[in-house]
Amino acid sequence: MTGQASQNTLNSQDAINIQGNHACALGAVAAGCRFYAGYPITPSSEVAERLASALPEVGGVFIQMEDEIASIAATLGASMGGVKAMTATSGPGFSLKQENLGYGMGAQIPCVVVNVMRGGPSTGMPTRPSQGDLMQARWGTHGDHPVIALTPGSVEEIYTQTARAFALSEQLRIPVLVLFDESLGHLVETICLPDVTEYENTVRKWASGKPEDYQPYRPDADGVAPMARPGDGYRVHTTGLTVSESGFPTQKSIEVDRAMKRLFNKMEINKDLIESFEDVECEDADVVIVALGIVGRAARKAVRELRAEGLKVGLFRPITLWPFPTETFRKLTKKTKNFVVAEMNSGQMILEIGAAKQGKQTVSGLNRYDGDPISPSQIINAVKEVLDHE
Amino acid sequence: MNKHVIPQAEEPLKQNNHQDNHLENIRDFEIQDYLRLDLFPHFMCPGCGHGIALRALLWAIHIQGIDKNKLAIVSGIGCSGRVGTYIDANTYHTTHGRPLAFATGLKMARPDLHVVVITGDGDCLAIGGNHLIHAARRNLDITCIMLNNEIYGMTGGQVSPTTPHDRFTTTTPAGNIEPVFDASRLAEAAGAGFVGREVTIHVPRLRDLISEGLDYKGFSFIEVMSDCTEINGRKNDLGSSSEMVLGQTRNMRPNEYDNNVVDHPFRPNSLNTGVFVKSDRPEYGASYRDMVDGIQKKQKGH
Ligand SMILES: Cc1ncc(C[n+]2csc(CCOP(=O)(O)OP(=O)(O)O)c2C)c(N)n1
Ligand code: SF4
Ligand SMILES: [Mg+2]
Repeated sequence: MTGQASQNTLNSQDAINIQGNHACALGAVAAGCRFYAGYPITPSSEVAERLASALPEVGGVFIQMEDEIASIAATLGASMGGVKAMTATSGPGFSLKQENLGYGMGAQIPCVVVNVMRGGPSTGMPTRPSQGDLMQARWGTHGDHPVIALTPGSVEEIYTQTARAFALSEQLRIPVLVLFDESLGHLVETICLPDVTEYENTVRKWASGKPEDYQPYRPDADGVAPMARPGDGYRVHTTGLTVSESGFPTQKSIEVDRAMKRLFNKMEINKDLIESFEDVECEDADVVIVALGIVGRAARKAVRELRAEGLKVGLFRPITLWPFPTETFRKLTKKTKNFVVAEMNSGQMILEIGAAKQGKQTVSGLNRYDGDPISPSQIINAVKEVLDHE
Repeated sequence: MNKHVIPQAEEPLKQNNHQDNHLENIRDFEIQDYLRLDLFPHFMCPGCGHGIALRALLWAIHIQGIDKNKLAIVSGIGCSGRVGTYIDANTYHTTHGRPLAFATGLKMARPDLHVVVITGDGDCLAIGGNHLIHAARRNLDITCIMLNNEIYGMTGGQVSPTTPHDRFTTTTPAGNIEPVFDASRLAEAAGAGFVGREVTIHVPRLRDLISEGLDYKGFSFIEVMSDCTEINGRKNDLGSSSEMVLGQTRNMRPNEYDNNVVDHPFRPNSLNTGVFVKSDRPEYGASYRDMVDGIQKKQKGH
């Protein structure tokens, strides 16, 4: 009997038809993910289902937990053990994960959390797309904290950005969020799986040297402290309490201040690594459309058509939504007069653009939250309306 | 693709073959060898039962010959959860109610570690009750020590799922009217492979129970009847610390005396102690790895 060819670890350059959620699962495995814990929820369940078959094939662990709180807890637990780990969910589950997400940020434990966004609030519309969780991704867990959220805009990008999320998370010791909406999660596209070996090879820095000299939260020049793997002889303490460099709790103001700075410094130092976006003819544009995820595709089409009419229109599409690439955005849009922020919610990213705009630039929102994606013609109309008002 | 591997699942390492020199191991236990002494003085109130339980746990770890480097202590939030901080091992102080879920991920990813959970009655039965049920059902090789002081100690003495009837707490100023949970019966019903209960006044018995739980391959649930002397004791006139601990002998019966007690699971004067369950249910980690082996063999075409 010959072995069954696996559909889960494809290395070929051949084009395949694949759904966004499955691409997410395979991107994770390709990046070295060997642990997944999750709880079923539409429209993200296919991520789990694909990993339930893919992970055992590579000797990894797939476990369906009793709820989303347990899922992220187990994910963080596996990562504390040294394994690249992930969980995926949608709105209601993302809400449940928030407390432990903050634990991962505070204690600096790498992991990847995928949120396939559906209509909300509450149970909302499980099978309909939305971009309603952009601000929750930024501020969902309590307390001051940094966050990295990636927002891929195609099936191929879901694959690469999920893989990249692992690399960023390992390198910076932080949970990384990947957000895309239901329509992308269920979209089937024909793609060649890109090479993500670079992301696969990125693993966190492990403590080496004498245990007595090791301080679990003493950052290196890159702002990141090497992590101690259990079993390697360091016997360190991990807690959600605010800690000094020793890893033990502190309430001394000077140490608390340092602890908070540690969380933010690594983001500042590694800004270039974290930042990613797509710029379509922003340079000379009078109007720049700001859109992410699936809306970015409609916006790209709108730009093409408007340019064909001789209008100077561009697109800025953040791939890293958080931290928002404000400086780069400002540089690229120096000459821009108006921004049209197109998003599938009642106005979330627009708050960030309002804060990023310079001088007399105007910002208007194109919002849709009826469960259907924003169409190119809607964007075209919105841009023309802005130009008419000038 | 196989650069990233889950460590082999051999038996977690033990330092010495304890079976041969059991008595010697009991005798040569030095608690300092297992504590982070630079963190002392500790936070516990004088007479707190959690400290006694900590001693019994460390003693059992010593008897079992468990290598500190391969020992992971996962705890929740509460006075119970804080206890873990003092252990010289890989310690994880997680979030309220969730230590079993963290431990599940850790143990699945690192079968070579000994994973011990320290939790409280509030942590394990209220906010974390669902995780207890499912950890027991899976029967993954984790030892769960629940320090049951019948109160929320850390937050100042509110009612817990195990607070006895009529007891005064800060949130039951007229006395508790809610029925209590029998955690051990719950763990048994949910499928825990090993279940036992002991009181802190019988340290050697507690030590041996924990030791047996550590040795068991599967989910062992150990309920330790602990005393919150400061907050629970004072408010209910339960006497001094020593009087409270002595009171345990009146309130507890060894399991073998089962026939002599009124068939009622709750305090006072009715809780059994001892090993209630020791079964040969399959251990989850082993079952999982068997499944993976099968899948991989099929792929290779064997
Ligand atoms: C999500 C959340 N809710 C509430 C708390 C507050 N809290 C801390 S400890 C505790 C109760 C602990 O009781 P128990 O588990 O019995 O431990 P003990 O202190 O009695 O040992 C509570 C409610 C918290 N830390 N997190
Ligand atoms: S409050 Fe109660 S449980 Fe907490 S340390 Fe004091 S006596 Fe122990
Ligand atoms: Mg308690």
